[in-house]
Amino acid sequence: MQNNFPNEGMSVIVKTITRFTVWLIFLYGLYIVIHGHLSPGGGFAGGVIVALSYVHLTLAYGKNFVMERVNKFAMNSLEAIAAILIVLTGLVGLYVTGYFLANFMGIGKLYTLLSAGYIPMLNIFICVKVSMGLYLVFYYLASFKQQEG
Amino acid sequence: MILSQFIFVPLLAAFLIVLVARKKENIAAVIALAACAWILIVSFIAFFKLPAHGGMILNNTSGWKIPYTISLILDNLSSFMLIVVSIVAFFSAFYAIQYINHFTGKWNFFALFMLMVTGMNGVILTGDFFNLYVFMEIALISAYALVAFGTESEELEAAFKYATMGAITSTMILFGIGILYSYTSTLTMADVGLQLRSAGTPKLIFLVYGLFIAGFGLKTALVPFHAWLPDAHPSAPAPISAMLSGVLIKTLGVYALVRIFFNVFGAPTVVLQILMLLGTLSIVIGGFLSVVQWDFKRLLGFSSISQVGFIVIGFALGTPLGILGGILHLFYHAIFKSLLFLDSGAVEYATDTRDLRQLGGLSKELKVTSATTMVGTLSISGIPPFNGFFSKLIIIIACISAGQIVIGIIAALMSIVTLAYLLKVQKHAFYGKKGSAKVLEKVPFAMKTAMIILAALCLISSAIMIPSIRKNYLNPIVDTVMGKTSYIDKIEPYLDKGSVK
Repeated sequence: MQNNFPNEGMSVIVKTITRFTVWLIFLYGLYIVIHGHLSPGGGFAGGVIVALSYVHLTLAYGKNFVMERVNKFAMNSLEAIAAILIVLTGLVGLYVTGYFLANFMGIGKLYTLLSAGYIPMLNIFICVKVSMGLYLVFYYLASFKQQEG
Repeated sequence: MILSQFIFVPLLAAFLIVLVARKKENIAAVIALAACAWILIVSFIAFFKLPAHGGMILNNTSGWKIPYTISLILDNLSSFMLIVVSIVAFFSAFYAIQYINHFTGKWNFFALFMLMVTGMNGVILTGDFFNLYVFMEIALISAYALVAFGTESEELEAAFKYATMGAITSTMILFGIGILYSYTSTLTMADVGLQLRSAGTPKLIFLVYGLFIAGFGLKTALVPFHAWLPDAHPSAPAPISAMLSGVLIKTLGVYALVRIFFNVFGAPTVVLQILMLLGTLSIVIGGFLSVVQWDFKRLLGFSSISQVGFIVIGFALGTPLGILGGILHLFYHAIFKSLLFLDSGAVEYATDTRDLRQLGGLSKELKVTSATTMVGTLSISGIPPFNGFFSKLIIIIACISAGQIVIGIIAALMSIVTLAYLLKVQKHAFYGKKGSAKVLEKVPFAMKTAMIILAALCLISSAIMIPSIRKNYLNPIVDTVMGKTSYIDKIEPYLDKGSVK
């Protein structure tokens, strides 16, 4: 990728290593989200790890490199959409079973990836919500310019 | 069905505002107002439907049975609280439509506002200790952000102070819940009560009492825990001050105290005595500190501390009359204090200052604001036929008939002090000599309408005291509180006593 800000961020060693590790962290986060209903972890924990992969990139390459590539508006919207989808999932449960946030999908086969009804779906929504929200907090704090004087 | 609406409607509104209204800010107000109107209507429907359901509607979320799930419980007390919150929320939102033009980030304001309503409705409805904590944090964190909304140094300081003190006491509450959970292995309030009843009263429970009194006491702004309020309430935008003083300190504070100590722990005498003491201290200290303030909103903030003291002593008396007084004063105070805060916002909107030394002679230029402030003043100081008279009278009579004559006399005398500090507002802001502050802008239509309707409610709500209305609608609420642990007995049939225990 073209880096317009080569002098910002940390040293070449850190940048080179980051290029390898950032994908691993991102994938690890996704793994935790997708296996949330089978093993420890879930949407929140995985979402935090996904957000940390962005934070990692920001720390290594400097904020301007990331700001060029990140669409703040899209992140904000994704966060809101994820939250709305969580509530809507609850409403579907209310409509189908009469209880808010009740399971309306099949339970599936135990210990397989496609099981536990709507839990994996909720985990994914929560992952989007948490990762976008957490990264935006970091982003706003990083983009805050200190006043001179 | 009806219960989850109180939570998902404002929640959905909050995130819709974030999604849709960032570019077109006027939509934010429309969505917020629609959501507030919806819950206002539904809260009345729920209130009138309740007797047909035997005074309690229980809704288990996600279809499991308590104690394995979170339950939403609507009884007389909670449906009454929902009405109070919805009324104040609706009129504050209506007022904010035009008031908030003075700020940037309208959509932010309304999104946080709806989250705060979600949190408060959740606290009122939940039947689960941990869920209570979570909803309390939702309401509080939005409140911290809203207090800092103006982002001036004073506002940020107030929000930081509020956030720090709030976080410490929330941790205390969480610690108390943890102790209860480790002792009873359940988080459902009714089940906790049931386990404690069968286990007798362990010594450990006194630690929980202490943690909860400190924790919810800070949210109520009872006197040793009041330091955040005089900073936080004036710093927030006026509709938020109205929400904070009008309902937030009552739902997170008084309601939570009453629900936990009366309905779960069965109103232990030692707690009632402590609350009595703290309530009396609040009345006296809040009242006298209020007299010496020169900032309009800060004066009202100290007044809130004093008035909440009245509510708390009403409940702490533990007699039906005292509880009736407490409930009435809770409702009435929500109306007239939010009215007074909205008035102070209108004065600030028009003149750009709230320093009473610079104001003066505004009654000719701000006619509506002046008139509604007068109604608020008369109500809060207990002049008949305005609503404050009835609640204060009942509390004072209840004090005397319960043998607490000294506290009754203190309460009566402090009502005079209440009149004194609000007459100070009248003299320095609306009548008296013309001050240096000039009226720069007219008070817009939406702000005026909200104030006029609340002022009318100050008078109309006295009608609750008509014996037949009181018997049908207020007595069941008093019975819910007075019944103490009968709350547990009502929920017990719903409990799943499976093999997991």
